[in-house]
Amino acid sequence: MTANESICDHCGLPVPSGLYEPDAEHQFCCNGCKTVYNILHGSGLENYYKIKSAVDSNAQPAATTGSNYEELDDPAFQSTWVTESDEGTAEVELLLEGMHCAACVWLIERLPRVADGVIDARANIRRRTVCVRYRPSDIKLSTVAQSLDKLGYAAHPARGKEARQIRLKEDRKFLIRVAVAGALAGNIMLLSIALYGGEFDGISDAWRTTFRWYSMALGLAVLVWPGRIFFTGAIAALRTRTAHLDIPIALALASAGIWGTLNTFRGIGEIYFDSVGVLVFLLLVGRWIQHRQQRAASDSVELMLTLTPSSATLIDDDGNTKRVPIETLQAGMSVQVAAGESFPADGTITAGITTIDNSLLTGESVPVTSDAGDPALAGATNLSSPVTVRVQAVGEHSRIGKLMELVAQASEHKTPIVRMADRIAGYFVIIVIILAFGTFIAWTMIEGPAIGIEHATALLIVTCPCALGLATPMAMSVALGRSARAGMLIKSAAALELMAKPGTMLLDKTGTLTAGATTVVDTYGDESLLSAAAAIERSSNHPIARAIAAAFDSDLQATDVNQTTGQGITGTVNNQSILVGSVDFVLRSTNSEIPPELQPKLVRLLDRALTPILVHGSTTNTFALIGVGDQLRTDAAASTQSLQKRGWNLEICSGDHPRIVESIAHQINIQTHNGGVTPEAKANRIATLKETNTGSAPIVMVGDGVNDAAALARADVGIAVHGGAEASLEAADVYLIQPGVAPIVKLADLSRSTMSTIRLCLIISVCYNTVAASLAMAGLISALIAAIIMPISSLTVVAICTRAGKNVAPTKSATISSESV
Amino acid sequence: MSVVYIMIPVALLLAGLGVAAFIIAAKKGQFDDLDTPALRAIFDDDETPPEHPKEKSITNDDA
Repeated sequence: MTANESICDHCGLPVPSGLYEPDAEHQFCCNGCKTVYNILHGSGLENYYKIKSAVDSNAQPAATTGSNYEELDDPAFQSTWVTESDEGTAEVELLLEGMHCAACVWLIERLPRVADGVIDARANIRRRTVCVRYRPSDIKLSTVAQSLDKLGYAAHPARGKEARQIRLKEDRKFLIRVAVAGALAGNIMLLSIALYGGEFDGISDAWRTTFRWYSMALGLAVLVWPGRIFFTGAIAALRTRTAHLDIPIALALASAGIWGTLNTFRGIGEIYFDSVGVLVFLLLVGRWIQHRQQRAASDSVELMLTLTPSSATLIDDDGNTKRVPIETLQAGMSVQVAAGESFPADGTITAGITTIDNSLLTGESVPVTSDAGDPALAGATNLSSPVTVRVQAVGEHSRIGKLMELVAQASEHKTPIVRMADRIAGYFVIIVIILAFGTFIAWTMIEGPAIGIEHATALLIVTCPCALGLATPMAMSVALGRSARAGMLIKSAAALELMAKPGTMLLDKTGTLTAGATTVVDTYGDESLLSAAAAIERSSNHPIARAIAAAFDSDLQATDVNQTTGQGITGTVNNQSILVGSVDFVLRSTNSEIPPELQPKLVRLLDRALTPILVHGSTTNTFALIGVGDQLRTDAAASTQSLQKRGWNLEICSGDHPRIVESIAHQINIQTHNGGVTPEAKANRIATLKETNTGSAPIVMVGDGVNDAAALARADVGIAVHGGAEASLEAADVYLIQPGVAPIVKLADLSRSTMSTIRLCLIISVCYNTVAASLAMAGLISALIAAIIMPISSLTVVAICTRAGKNVAPTKSATISSESV
Repeated sequence: MSVVYIMIPVALLLAGLGVAAFIIAAKKGQFDDLDTPALRAIFDDDETPPEHPKEKSITNDDA
């Protein structure tokens, strides 16, 4: 076996050539996989591989982080996360990264085998959590988390336990309602079959009365227990004077209930309890399915929220470091922030020099070099080297805290939208009441008030918009499922409805249209110098250096590397002294002029708002020019073009330098663009657009950062892109789980297709209702006809709903390629 | 036929018992997770634990 064809013994992915060990019995793609493999074999858990090969097609390397999780042992954390029981056991719920198949579940539930003191572990694949019961006297929580980490699943404590418990109770209550409605509906149907049989073959009055009374008892039980939510919904809507689908449903259910009861007492006329039971059951099933689908989306978002670190490294007076929860930080404390970590609080750097990425906070794409005395903002990322920060403001007093307050305010301003089904329900009620009144008058004149009331009530009952009531939740849940597979998590179904019509879309630049990271975009001049430059830059942590080091593959070794902060770097490669740095620095150091052939290139780079980096080789005395910057995402141009083709007005609104924004806007052909926009101004821009907006075209915000969060919350639809800040996740209605903006095009398509499915359902349900209403007005409706028409219309609608969003391509590439032809 | 007078309440009572059992199960959280139990069905249940679990424990390793 050679390095090229070797695959990892743990996850089955190819082994990188650098990690291939020719003499080893087993090969691994990464250290994490190796650790996990050894643990599994040492603990008698080899079965994992058998199950995995049987069930899993997705290879994933182990997500081991090697973190020691000591912040989990802090009493402040424990009191909020861990539930202790009287028998000396404790229970904690942890969210796990990388759990995705049956083999993972099997392995995680074998946790007691590898961690003494753990009593049991129950995994939940849908939510990607594990509930661990353990004895705190025998094992620390951090050790539990470490053990899971060593099995290849990075563990994060699940926040918001109380909220989750409440939601769980709600879910159970909902399910119980569905079950009770189902059981009652089934039993009423049995009784009704006897009654319908009696209609045709004859039935003694005693039996007829018995069955009718039983039907009434069960029917009223359906109305007061599971069916109550339609009445409470309708009353709430009436109180706020909003149209809601619950109103016509409640009207039909109430008429059926009252009329059926009266007729049971009178012993003559129709009772409609079988229809009532089945309708309540079907409607509840539809709502429950949508509820479940939406819960899945919000659970996934919750997982991502938990992934952000919530602890900081505190330096105490003796200079010792300790991981503590962020909540315990106070002004005046000193914290250490490692490279790659985000700052836990606003403060001043007291020791160390580093580069700070403020892109999520302000939208600036160019990282800032910061020295002792410079400020650092909570939420910004420390890029290059560890620094000590004296805390000045924490929590709501920090810049990020103030921005979050803005988000909360924006959410309050968000106008609730009237869903299509509810809007129609408004007209529906009026039409039905007019028709019922007309029927009553007409039949009273022909046959007297008793018959008038009977036919009018029959009309109210058979025109119950149940098909419509089922259409929206069913089509939405099918679409939500499809969207999740296409890389979008939709938190509110209303977003799906709004996106169907093209409107105005505000796009953030840094991290949304661009990758949000510095990369090499273009090179000119002597290319032989590039790998030498990469070799030198490998030893630096500056984001530009890392971009250059990553861009050019180089086996060369650099010696005598010497860095001038903020200017450049020198070193020797292959006995040639190499200079890499800003144009000024390199020209000044070499005492030369820029070669004439590179001069126009330099101007072009500056025009494109890229940072020029000059490389000089001493032996060859040649120059190379590298342009680095935050590059446009590969799918950005195609996606914005598709959106424009669909009639969307696009606008770029960024906190970055106007010149950079202009250059990006030019590249993807967007006319309206604004740079240097503050988070507050972004939210105001959305507000202005909404005020001047006439008609129902949606105002959409697409962004990734904390600086976009208020605008995301304020917009009709807020879309947070992959890799965005926690705040943007919370504020947005839609979250893209794939990098790039292509899913937005899909979202628009999915939205349109879903709405057309719902409209089709609506037309069908109107047809059924017209037939039913005509029959009722003609006085031809019987309970049997009602019992047939109503479920059939509902089932037709459910069958059609499975089509929702069907013609939207499930893969990213398909959407783009179909557009570019 | 008069047996029906007894049988209907009996049938309803049985249905009621079923619903009650479901409610108790739902309240105990048996329907909270509808996906993972389906996966557990494929695991073998005749696993024997390792002979010396203490020795093979990883909890005392260095992190």
